[in-house]
Parts: sequence; structure tokens; C-alpha cells
Amino acid sequence: MAIREGLLAALSHGARNGYQIKSDFETITGGVWKLNVGQVYTTLERLERDGLVEVDSEVEGKTYVMTSDGHAELARWWEATDIDSPPPRDELMLKILTALDGGNEFALKVVEKHRSVLTTLLQERRQHMRSNSETSDWLAMQLVNDALMFRAEADLRWLDQCESRILKLESTK
Amino acid sequence: MIAPILQYIDVVKSYGEGELQTRALTDVSLTINAGEFIAIMGPSGCGKSTLLHLAGGLEDATAGRVLVNGADISTMSGAEKAKLRRQEVGYIFQKLNLIPSLTAIENVMLPLELDRVSKSEARERARVVISDLGLTHNLNRYPSEFSGGQQQRIAIARSLVANRSLLLADEPTGALDTVNADEIIEILAQLPKKYNTSVVLVTHEPRFASWADRVVFLRDGRIISETQSSAVVEG
Repeated sequence: MAIREGLLAALSHGARNGYQIKSDFETITGGVWKLNVGQVYTTLERLERDGLVEVDSEVEGKTYVMTSDGHAELARWWEATDIDSPPPRDELMLKILTALDGGNEFALKVVEKHRSVLTTLLQERRQHMRSNSETSDWLAMQLVNDALMFRAEADLRWLDQCESRILKLESTK
Repeated sequence: MIAPILQYIDVVKSYGEGELQTRALTDVSLTINAGEFIAIMGPSGCGKSTLLHLAGGLEDATAGRVLVNGADISTMSGAEKAKLRRQEVGYIFQKLNLIPSLTAIENVMLPLELDRVSKSEARERARVVISDLGLTHNLNRYPSEFSGGQQQRIAIARSLVANRSLLLADEPTGALDTVNADEIIEILAQLPKKYNTSVVLVTHEPRFASWADRVVFLRDGRIISETQSSAVVEG
């Protein structure tokens, strides 16, 4: 998880103490990505060790500012693309492929189980959006929600495709 | 207690005879309550559309019973089924079936006029429903002068205007782009609360099904699973 870069982004607008950084990060990410204080300070210590942030000694309390190396690191992170090289490897795919070893009927059951869970997840995300339409971080929340829903949809489409292919094979037996 | 609006009880639907017989639905039992929004999903040919056709009396079940508001469709005459469709059950298809020679508002007024509601009352009720669905354009224009999304709104208004208790939507967004499709599904999702109309949506898009209170999955004519929105469970 890119919490390190997320905290740098939260710091990019000026000096902040640890609590403000945590709070900014959670606002930026639409309130769906909660951090614990310990995690924030541990990450900040590492960023300080790597020369990406420093403690502003002229301000009372422990206030962090980003160094020029920190700005450069953040710019690099935004530029970098992280796309899976084919073949993609994920647990859902592995589950369905290994389930086929137990026979087509068993594989269809596994497909159905995962499809139900993913559909429920989609319904929950939709419900969450419908009941939170007045919040101040609406755009961020919407974007996070869109990302989660599109990913679930992609998995669902793939599960539908698995089902179609298995059924087609069955019908030709 | 919530009243069931549509019930399928041990429903079987077959086509053809003898060796050529194919089963579209096998032992389907499903209850849809008043004010509920249900999505039906499943692969092509799994029986989704057949379920809708049975609910509107467009086809008859081979065995079992289909009840709309407690009335058994299988015992109804053709005229009674037509009355059921006019007063209780509305359809929305991908193909809109708007009458091209009637204006938008005349299309929406049609079900009321068939039920002998006065022209002035029909016009007013049609106007209210159409504007409720976000159409404020000149309603005296013909369907072809509206965009696909607007035409679908007119079709929904026509299904709603007679205060029908059940709306059956069969892939209603198939001909629309993504933005318009999303808007139409959002409109459908609001109907149960706004009009106390139950909605049954057949779709292959999980994104659309996610608006529903319940999602029912069919495979080979059988219900294989059902998921329920957490809001409904908690509510």
C-alpha cells in the first residue's frame, strides 16, 4: 500500500503535524482509508530517515515539512505506472482454476459463491453512496466508490465468462 | 405485514413437445413484495425474460401458478389479462414501443384514455409524471424528436401514469449509452419509494443490478442464488 506516498501528498501543501497529516490523508481519500496514529508516525520517521521530510525546528511541537527530495519522490510516484505484466495472477483466478480440478459442477458452485459475495458488495457500495450524498468529501468518496465498484464489476464479468464457458463445454458433452 | 405483489409458485415453463421439448423454467418459486426493487440476472437463455412474460400474462406457465396481487393469471381469460396489463402491470423493453404518430404526452396519456379517464385529467396526470422523471422539454413533439434516454423516460412515464403496482423492465437500457443508462436505472430505483411501484429488472449488468433490494440469479431455468442489500436486511 502506498501510504508513504499518500502522506507525502498530504504534506505537499505545507507544514503539518502528525495528526493534521493523518486527517488530511483521510479527507483526500474520501474517508474510506483510515490510518492509525502509530502507523502515521512510523511512516513519518522512515520518510525523515530517507530525507524526504524533515522536522521544522522553528515551530513549536513536532511539525513536518517536505524536502526537495520529497517533492521529487512524489513527482516520480505520480509519473510511475504499475501495470501487471501478463499473465495476471490473483487469488480469485487461482481459486476458479484449481476448483476446475474438482469437476465442472464444483467450479460452478465456487463461481456462484464469489458472484453472490461480489454482488452483495456492489449493493453495499451503492447503498453507501445513496446514504452519504451530502458529505463534504463527496467527490473523493464517489471516486473511491467508482474504483471499488468497477473492480468488482470486472471480477463479476470474468466470473460470468467462466460460467458461460463451463456451461458451453458441458452442453457439448 | 408486507403484501406480495407478484408470486411465482413452483412454476415450470416448457416449449415444444416430446423429444423437442425444452425447459425454460423449472420449479421456480419467488415472491416479490409491494414496493420492492428486484433484479434478475443470469446467462443468455436462462429464463429471465420468460419470467417477465409470465408475470404480464404474455405467456402461460406449463405448470405452477403466477399470482399478481393475489390473482392467479393462469385462470384469467385473454380480456382479463389485457385488463391486468392495462391496470396493474407495466412493461419497459429495450425497444420502446412508443407510437410514432402520437406526441410524447399523447403516448403517456394513452393508458388512461383506454381506461376512459377524461382527456383533461389524462393530460394533467401525464404532464405531472413526465416532469417528475426529469423531462421538461416540449411534450407536444413526436418520439423521434427526442434522444434515446428521453424516449425511455417517456416509456417509463407511460407505464407509471396509470398507477400500476408492478413494473417489469427487460434490459431497458440496452440501446442507451452509459450515462443515459445509469440515469434510467436510477429513475427505476426511485420508483418503489416515489410511486409505491414494485420493479422487476432483467439485466446482465452487475452495475445496474446493484441498485436493487434483491438480486436473483437464474441458471438453466432455476434460481441458483439470491443476494439482499444490507439496507433491506437492516431496515
